[in-house]
Amino acid sequence: MKYVIPCLIIFIILAALKSKVSVYNTFISGARDGMKITADIFPPLVAVLTAVYMLRASGTLDLITSFLSPLTKLIPPEVMPLAIIRPLSGSGAIGVLTDILNSYGADSEIGRIASVITGSTETTFYCLCVYFAKTRAKNNLRAVPFAAVGDIVGIATAAAIIRFANF
Amino acid sequence: MNYIWCAMIAVSIIVSFFNGTVNETLNAAFDGAKESVFTVLSFAGIMCFWTGIMKIAEKSGVSRKAERLLGPFVSFLFPGAGGKAKKYISMNMSANLLGMGNAATPMGIKAMECLDAENPIPARASDNMCMLVILNTTSIQLIPTTIIALRAACSSSEPFSVMLPIWISSFTAFFTAVFFAKLWFGRKNFRFGRDKL
Repeated sequence: MKYVIPCLIIFIILAALKSKVSVYNTFISGARDGMKITADIFPPLVAVLTAVYMLRASGTLDLITSFLSPLTKLIPPEVMPLAIIRPLSGSGAIGVLTDILNSYGADSEIGRIASVITGSTETTFYCLCVYFAKTRAKNNLRAVPFAAVGDIVGIATAAAIIRFANF
Repeated sequence: MNYIWCAMIAVSIIVSFFNGTVNETLNAAFDGAKESVFTVLSFAGIMCFWTGIMKIAEKSGVSRKAERLLGPFVSFLFPGAGGKAKKYISMNMSANLLGMGNAATPMGIKAMECLDAENPIPARASDNMCMLVILNTTSIQLIPTTIIALRAACSSSEPFSVMLPIWISSFTAFFTAVFFAKLWFGRKNFRFGRDKL
């Protein structure tokens, strides 16, 4: 695994040189996009982290997790808030993930499960809204069950892989 | 998100009254705000590095190659879609693969408009339109840049360790969703003989 990323980077740079791309300038312009993404993430991150910290400090998070714990044989209760917010809001999910990584450790089992959940699912409801917004279709609920199946399978697989496959 | 956020704030303040954790809760709000600055600062550099690398990949024609490779796959998933729609769909998919969310969405919306124009029953989302949304809600990303940058920012010793699990679980999710959708749409076509239309 540890060779994949370096090889990929070399491959990308060689491919770029071969097709005569000005690699440096392209990198700069890409990094500028990254700066824009970061700037876009920051305000919602403040909002969500503030709210999540308040939930935690007030004891609400413990209430929710103890309430949900019978449901969560497979998925640890600590990542349930993430599983709930992930389909609704991308920046919300990033905020909750940040909180989980900071409080339980990025390399802990919980931290890794949370990372995989965030990485392998999407903001389903946001997607549905954006994509159907410009169409004439009024009845677009047909796509929801399949998208939801995808999310549930993604979350369950994420937890199962980290727990039982020892990555 | 509007209601969720309000509920998060309101509920935690109400619960803090019952638990006697009012001070802690208020302080936590400021801690959260402070933490977000630390996170974003350490996140920014890594994120920019990866968007930079992926931009090079895009410019050097990797995405065009990916589009060509995806061609047959798109034809299988979107039976009866027009050439223009298919082209936008493959562009959307390859942008998703490379993690260019900003580029993927406009392509996806264009593809959606093409599919909408081909839709025989405009009031009802066609099978192909649903399939496009399903693809985008379960999209696979080659390098999950945001997650990796965030893990590194939260002092992970191996931010990349989740990459393979992410591939496996997003592929499983993708495959299951597409499988059920294909089964469902196919079943209906079989029953009404609509595939000949």
